[in-house]
Amino acid sequence: MSTRRTVFCNARLVDPASGLDAKGGLLVENGRIADVAPKLFADIDRNDPEVIDCHGRMLAPGLIDMRVFTGEPGSEHRETLESASRAAVAGGVATIIVMPNTDPVIDEPSLVDFIRRRAEATARVRVLPMAALTRHLAGEVMTEMGLLKEAGAVAFTDGDRTIANTRVLRRALAYASTFGLLVVGHAEDPDLTEGSAVNEGEYAMRLGLPAAPAAAETMIVERDIRLVELTGARYHVAQISCRASLEAIGAAKARGLPITCGVAAHHLALNELDVGPYYTFMKVKPPLRSEDDRRAMVEGVASGIIDVIVSSHDPQAADTKRQPFAQAAFGAVGLETLLPVALSLVHNGDCDLAQALRALTSSPAKILGLETGMLAKGAPADLALIDADIPFVVDPDKLHSRARNTPFEGRRYQGQAVMTFVGGECVFDRSAENRT
Amino acid sequence: MSPAPAAIPILKTGHLLGIEALSVDEITGLLDLAEEYVALGRAKEKKSPLLKGRTVINLFFEPSTRTQSSFELAGKRLGADVMNMSVRTSSVSKGETLIDTATTLNAMRPDILIVRHQDSGAAAMLARKLDCCVANAGDGSHEHPTQALLDALTIRRRGRRFQGLTVAICGDVLHSRVARSNIHLLSKMGARVRLVGPKTLMPGEVARYGVEVFTDMREGLAGADIVMMLRLQLERMSGAFVPSTREYFRFWGLDRKKLAFAKPGALVMHPGPMNRGVEIDSEVADDIEVSVIREQVEMGVAIRMAVLDALSRGLPAGEHPARVARNGDES
Repeated sequence: MSTRRTVFCNARLVDPASGLDAKGGLLVENGRIADVAPKLFADIDRNDPEVIDCHGRMLAPGLIDMRVFTGEPGSEHRETLESASRAAVAGGVATIIVMPNTDPVIDEPSLVDFIRRRAEATARVRVLPMAALTRHLAGEVMTEMGLLKEAGAVAFTDGDRTIANTRVLRRALAYASTFGLLVVGHAEDPDLTEGSAVNEGEYAMRLGLPAAPAAAETMIVERDIRLVELTGARYHVAQISCRASLEAIGAAKARGLPITCGVAAHHLALNELDVGPYYTFMKVKPPLRSEDDRRAMVEGVASGIIDVIVSSHDPQAADTKRQPFAQAAFGAVGLETLLPVALSLVHNGDCDLAQALRALTSSPAKILGLETGMLAKGAPADLALIDADIPFVVDPDKLHSRARNTPFEGRRYQGQAVMTFVGGECVFDRSAENRT
Repeated sequence: MSPAPAAIPILKTGHLLGIEALSVDEITGLLDLAEEYVALGRAKEKKSPLLKGRTVINLFFEPSTRTQSSFELAGKRLGADVMNMSVRTSSVSKGETLIDTATTLNAMRPDILIVRHQDSGAAAMLARKLDCCVANAGDGSHEHPTQALLDALTIRRRGRRFQGLTVAICGDVLHSRVARSNIHLLSKMGARVRLVGPKTLMPGEVARYGVEVFTDMREGLAGADIVMMLRLQLERMSGAFVPSTREYFRFWGLDRKKLAFAKPGALVMHPGPMNRGVEIDSEVADDIEVSVIREQVEMGVAIRMAVLDALSRGLPAGEHPARVARNGDES
């Protein structure tokens, strides 16, 4: 990490962890935050080469995206750790948590090590792997969680697969709790959702598409809540997408269970009608739900029942999306639209700024036990300089990801990262990009 | 018999992808035109030179003897060059996408592409990517517009008015594109649509179509003018959606006893091919007093001629100047 000094002045410091939201400055030394305070560096010479004048824009902790799928190893044509990291930094994201759904599956300590080394050599952001909860993601035999943890796995999940066998899941949760490990679950009943492409409802009926009800998600959430009660494991539902799931998690939290949950940005911004005339970029897992469910997700972020907003970034090559809807692949890229979508909640008055940013920074950091995600003395200097008001139209050709499957094409948003720092190092500068 | 040279347009768009987007005028226009082709089909000289020089491609990703031959005959009677392509296994299994197939076909410069595909939305997808007119011959569980049109023509030629007509559509509504297209068409034309079937074969939100929903055949058929039976796919009969064919026949198979609840003189329709003894009793199916199933087949050819005619009215005339100009481009 950098040994240079960097001074940020004239910034609007926003730190959801401490509740700070004030004009001030921040000092980075040796890759860490050496000082941060309101009114700091107010009188500094802004032409000094080590000074970055923030012009009153927002300086926040670099974002942490808890759910990113890449194609490395196994399908690098979709996305590599390097290309995902380029998308990440352009979105103000300083840490990505990558899913084990690769080929081979990340279910061996040596593969966790591979991801970490590969990321160190190629990626511009911190890349933290989640390891598989069961071998080959088959939902049958638990992985070597202790050894995987030692190798650097931050949590355990079968990614976008639900473990159908409750006996297996119960034991995996119990074993994970032995080491205090975090288990992350995907909530879609595999039988009820088999072959389905969209949310069950009037629109799916009109399109004649195979559909599954939102209850397929909620019943897994409820099942898993019972298993957490039984085992005491720390459990995080990777993504919820409907009101009933939100209510179930709210009730579980009220009972004091160690449960947290996330929501994908697209479930905050889009609903089932956005599928339109069989638009396959809208095919995601879990599917886009009703408008009432979308509203519930926004309310969940505002109330804090939803802890984390994720991109659920899932790059797909053109050939798997250019298919009839039912055959097309699931997934949407989202690293670069994560922050703008979250800020849209703030602009719409649905949620305050601190709450939206908390779900992208300190909250995932706390769940994963990371020392980043906050503007605190001594913390790693992962920072996002954000212009919260800059308007733009999402243009797939301008995305940094290797894939183009964004469901937000042509949509207008307000607010983007203008600079991103990881460990004090500037890894993205939008103004430099626009010049070239 | 063939329409005047400067034929007036019937369809507002260059494709026929479904009934949902059609207006009452468009539907009536197609039915009126089809009447002319019914007469032509019964004449000794059955051919019209209307589509002479045009190329029509029948692209079928699903086997369908009936619809495919009906479109083929319609094209030939209008003088077009008709090519049949069955892509059930070949290219798709080689990893070729639907779009690749379409691009290849596009290069052959067809004027009209007729497509049948097992996935909902496939016809719309091709229409977006191709230069030619696309007619949907059935896409997944979405729409089968020519079937609804031929059903309407059959009903109309039997002297029934759509306004206030009660039509009971019975069986597997969930998977049926025929049901969806008929619900749209009949509702637009002022008929009252009822749906009858077990709840496993009925979409949960089906009442949102503005239809009445019944599980009991006797109640659903009571006072109906038309009884439209749907085909139950074999793989859905044994345990998956209904316990057995005999149980299905007992409760939802159309026999004389159940038909007796309909209005006297009610007509029985079926899109074919029929599963005798499953959704319909042979005694009813073959009774020419009530069953218009064979007539539906005849109307099918006339409707498809009308559709090809209507679509061709939107095609550039003469030597396709627009296309010649594009030569050398990859499309």
